[in-house]
Amino acid sequence: MSSNPYSAPQLPDAHSSDFQPALNKRYKLDRFFEFLTWIATFVGLLVLMMLLYDVISDGASRLSWQFISSFPSRRPAAAGLLSALVGSIWLLCVTAILSFPIGVGAGIFLEEFAPDNFFTQIIEINIGNLAAVPSIIYGLLGLQVFSRIMRPITGGPSVLTGGMTLALLILPIIIVATRESLRAVPNSLRQGGFAVGATRWQVIRNLILPQAIPGILTGTILALSRAVGETAPLITIGALTFIAFLPPLSLEGLQTDFTALPIQIYNWVSRPQPEFHTNAAAGIIVLMVVLLTMNTTAVLLRNKFQKGRI
Amino acid sequence: MTNIANPTMISDSQPHLQEPALKMEGVSIFYGSTPAIREVYLDIPAHQITAFIGPSGCGKSTVLRCFNRTNDLIPGAKVTGNVFFRGVNLYSKKVDPVEVRRRIGMVFQKPNPFPKSIYENIAFGARINGYQGDMDQLVENSLRRAAIWDEVKDKLKDSGLSLSGGQQQRLCIARAIAIQPEVILMDEPCSALDPISTLRIEELMQELKEQYTIVIVTHNMQQASRVSDKTAFFNAEATEQGGKLGFLVEYDDTVNIFTNPKQDFTRDYVSGRFG
Repeated sequence: MSSNPYSAPQLPDAHSSDFQPALNKRYKLDRFFEFLTWIATFVGLLVLMMLLYDVISDGASRLSWQFISSFPSRRPAAAGLLSALVGSIWLLCVTAILSFPIGVGAGIFLEEFAPDNFFTQIIEINIGNLAAVPSIIYGLLGLQVFSRIMRPITGGPSVLTGGMTLALLILPIIIVATRESLRAVPNSLRQGGFAVGATRWQVIRNLILPQAIPGILTGTILALSRAVGETAPLITIGALTFIAFLPPLSLEGLQTDFTALPIQIYNWVSRPQPEFHTNAAAGIIVLMVVLLTMNTTAVLLRNKFQKGRI
Repeated sequence: MTNIANPTMISDSQPHLQEPALKMEGVSIFYGSTPAIREVYLDIPAHQITAFIGPSGCGKSTVLRCFNRTNDLIPGAKVTGNVFFRGVNLYSKKVDPVEVRRRIGMVFQKPNPFPKSIYENIAFGARINGYQGDMDQLVENSLRRAAIWDEVKDKLKDSGLSLSGGQQQRLCIARAIAIQPEVILMDEPCSALDPISTLRIEELMQELKEQYTIVIVTHNMQQASRVSDKTAFFNAEATEQGGKLGFLVEYDDTVNIFTNPKQDFTRDYVSGRFG
């Protein structure tokens, strides 16, 4: 207790000697775990950087307006991915239009309306399982149900079939994201709404959804960007790789054959000529730009809605 | 601020209306098959403040929520017996719970303004219930009556969540008033507030009881003795299943409950000997 007030500040001696703070040891542990998490981050980033570098160094030279605006070709130098890019955008729109209302609707029902009983618990578990089913299984389902049985409506392995298959694939993700976002809205808000004489739907529409919509949108767009990158289900339903036309912007366009970016890339990679591998790398860059755009949109939308609410 | 002697004066000076605003006849409440409240008989007089006191977990809030049928929203909750609002059984099949909640408003323990502007917080309930009058006027009147108008009149566009806790609670009271209910239920409205805000709410309640019947659940016995005309003391006993079964011990004018209770149990509780 006889410390000099002008020296380095040190707390006066403690009254109790029952504690052994061992501060040095605890700080060491702190630093050790900080280092571990840093390593984890670094490894992830490093792998990603290497992938990016590899793809860009291979494909950047091939990127040109000609590459984006040409149809596929036997000759690597003349080949482009116009039909694949347009096909992917088509698919994306169909998938979004089908999956968003169904997924969000199902999420709202399960979270806000459905009673908590054995039946809904079974549904809940199964939706969780569906999210983990390999995408090729969805492809097989799409092939049989959408492409074959529903051929008169879908026109076989068409944009519509592809969109429906991908919509099925991402529905569980959207439902889960919707439920999580709704669950994050505090219950006191619901009670407040009911207490002023609102009906269930008025509470959901005016109080709950405005709070939940940024999360729902983020989940949906992330699910859609997963759909854009899917290859296996599209190949399974029989999407073509050589499409030298653009589907017309009409209802008939929904029933035409299509190709998509991942299919085109997969096709090019499996060719023997190295020039096609360069094309594939360039295609991957285009696909990544599409994904990046979508994720940016997700972030912007979320920020916009978060600012919009007070 | 009133002291403990005042409630008598107030209840004496108030003309007792012929019929009670709310009446419970043998109300029991169950969660699933577990009983939570046993057989409550209770008359709530109009234009008075009735306080529910009792230890935590004795079911005061549960009883309160019967009056506007918010127990309906809890899965598995079941109410037996009869709850009358001006002679009409609230649990009759013909009574719509949404309309009940418009006529019997509620203020919660934790201030829960809507994440909307101050103006919208008040206007929302009125609009969804098809209010036909002048909305600006209604918002102003409600905020004035809840004694918060002067503090918010220049920032009606700001978020309700930007206010302090005490202001938020008065905003919630204004929100409850805006749909022109006849009864206001308050579930521990001051438990999250500091003493100054609590005092303001208590003063506000004295003004509001001119127009509304108020039922308040409170943990704070001083608050019950300060503000209420009648007091109901609830307690709970342990059940064989390990749960708690709440019941009404004594219900009387506040001054009797606090100075001359009939039950020893009540005397022990209000004098702070247990609980």
